[in-house]
Amino acid sequence: MDKQELLEKIAFNVVQGRVEAEDEGFDPGLEGQPAVVELVKEALNHGIDPKEIVMESLTRSMEQVGEKFERNEYLIPDMLASAECVGVAMDILSPHLMKAGVESKGKFVIATVAGDLHDIGKNIVAIMLKGAGYGVIDLGTDVSADRIVSAIQENQAKFVGLSALLTTTMRIMEEVVQKLEQAGIRNNVKVLIGGAPTSAEFATQIGADVYCKDAFQAIDTLKSLAA
Amino acid sequence: MKGPYREGIMVKPYERLDQDQLKWLDEASLKILDDPGVWCYNERAAMLFKSHGAKVWEEKITGSTCWRVSFPAGLIREAISKAPSRLVLGARRPENRLLLDAEVPRVYFGSGSEANVWIETEMEEFVSVNDGNRKVRVPRFKELRGTTSLLSRAARLCEQLDHLDFFIRPLNIQDPGINASNHDVNKFFASLNNITKHVQAGLTSLDKLNDVVRLAEIVAGGAEALRENPMISFITCVFKSPLQIVEDTADKVFAIVESGLPLVISSSPQGGSSAPIQEAGMVAQINAESLAGITLTQLIREGAPVLYGSVPVRARLDDLHDLYGCPEFNQYNIDCVQLARHYKIPSYSTAGVGDARVPGMQALFEKMLTHLYMAMSGAQYIHYAFGLLDRTNSFCPLQAVLDNEQIGKVKHGLRDPKVSPSEMDDVLKMVKKVMASSHRLYARHARKAMHSGDISSPYRFETKGMEDKVIENALNYMAELEARPADHIDSAVQDRIFAEVPGILPQLKQS
Repeated sequence: MDKQELLEKIAFNVVQGRVEAEDEGFDPGLEGQPAVVELVKEALNHGIDPKEIVMESLTRSMEQVGEKFERNEYLIPDMLASAECVGVAMDILSPHLMKAGVESKGKFVIATVAGDLHDIGKNIVAIMLKGAGYGVIDLGTDVSADRIVSAIQENQAKFVGLSALLTTTMRIMEEVVQKLEQAGIRNNVKVLIGGAPTSAEFATQIGADVYCKDAFQAIDTLKSLAA
Repeated sequence: MKGPYREGIMVKPYERLDQDQLKWLDEASLKILDDPGVWCYNERAAMLFKSHGAKVWEEKITGSTCWRVSFPAGLIREAISKAPSRLVLGARRPENRLLLDAEVPRVYFGSGSEANVWIETEMEEFVSVNDGNRKVRVPRFKELRGTTSLLSRAARLCEQLDHLDFFIRPLNIQDPGINASNHDVNKFFASLNNITKHVQAGLTSLDKLNDVVRLAEIVAGGAEALRENPMISFITCVFKSPLQIVEDTADKVFAIVESGLPLVISSSPQGGSSAPIQEAGMVAQINAESLAGITLTQLIREGAPVLYGSVPVRARLDDLHDLYGCPEFNQYNIDCVQLARHYKIPSYSTAGVGDARVPGMQALFEKMLTHLYMAMSGAQYIHYAFGLLDRTNSFCPLQAVLDNEQIGKVKHGLRDPKVSPSEMDDVLKMVKKVMASSHRLYARHARKAMHSGDISSPYRFETKGMEDKVIENALNYMAELEARPADHIDSAVQDRIFAEVPGILPQLKQS
């Protein structure tokens, strides 16, 4: 397989949402054929520039996936499958990219706040952000405000995403904002919040930067912040 | 002609009666047929029963002649055993044919009735009296008399409803040019020319049966082709409850059976007036009526293709009108389906009727109550299921679209469970894989089931805001369906029909 063919195959498999060879794709009959993990490794073995893999295969294919989602051709599981492909590819490529001096779009600390064990929404956002090229540091669930602030400091993260499903735990988000201020790093980090009981009004009320109703809005928000 | 057939939905039948209860009902029906027997107003039928061993004597009742018939149990049992347990209802498109097998609980849903009124729906905007900036869009309904053009429109729409498996003309045609002598050919032609699924109706005039059969033979490609692919069939309500065989309908039964085409023997007693309201009494009586009607078909011609029809309803006790959307309706009907299965005759049953006069919450409640239960009963052929309102008096195309969505969900819910060793292998692999990932999300693994159609879609007409826009959304969807091209009979075949079959209105010809 030549370079162009490999890059196209990686892109195709991202669109198909196939992480590994044993995965089924959107189209039938692909099981058993090399998928993103196998193909990215093969590309690196062939000496293909990791930046090219990111630009030619991963970024372009995620754009196609986004368009398919817009057209209702793809549903959330399809988007997540493709994003997961990119996330896994980025895990393989990251050391090579770092060696080449290429950085991610920025570090993003994400957590479900203390007292709350609900993580479906948070996980979806994490997968999508990773797929979009952000360095995601996922702290998990039931995370204290202190630990979130420490993680931001340790990683010099530019973004933090806070999730809560309970009306009783959403108040912890305010505590995180206050602790960021106390630590003197509030202006260095954008605070994104989300979860069923939260809202744009609540974000304003607690001093967060943005409320995102879903993962797509989170990505759009980050794009506009970068612009 | 072998497959394909419409898929329908295979269910595990929900049955109310245990074997003793089934036996008691069966025996009670036979006892009723023995004593008091039936009041038969058709001499030919009475003599046929007599020639096969029934006790028959003449009675004069209020000026008309009637034959009392007392059936020996053996006569009924033998005749019932001759009725085929498996029959095909044909269609213009072979893939739309239905395979009805009394021993296979494959459920098909279709339209029904012959409503006089067509209900048209439009959205209208209203402004709040308190705040001129606040507006709401509300459905408004208009009643129209049934016409051939509206019946054609109903057939075209029903062609597009993917969960409608067969078409019983839902509308009575009342155009100025329609009379008793051309009613039959027009209703069958308007239906057949606009839908490729099975078409069924009652016969208005006995002497027009030959014209209707000729029409269908031309469409099917000849007399033999029609018998092989019977794309039309008939409904006969030969019993007027309680226990009276109607003179002219019995004549129609003779003629239809002799034509070789399938027919339904149906009866529709009302619990509380023309039948006992109690489950045991209602079911024993309607079963007696159906058995006697089916016996008639088998004595006319052994092996005649027939459906065990039963439309038992309950009376409202405030005005004695029919009450369809109630628990007793399901109880009566589920029992009848079980009895039909016991006799090994395909079951023609009923669901989707209510008292609601317009689409809305009441209609949804009444219809869901019976759509779901009757599908669970495993009846092979469930009529009345699309678009009926105001009991069976109105047909509303918008309601048919709403019913299609509802029946689709009911069919989906009753699908066979997919639990097998290979499924379990896949599940175990999936659990390991997901638990080894950082996010522990199964979403990606939902894709295979999602794309194969195993996972249902959300309610098609849902609203995400704080207003209920189901009717408006369904109306928009109906406009999309109605904009699709119709599948008419080939134009040369239409020419031949017009040349050979008298009385069809010229405006029904389609290019």
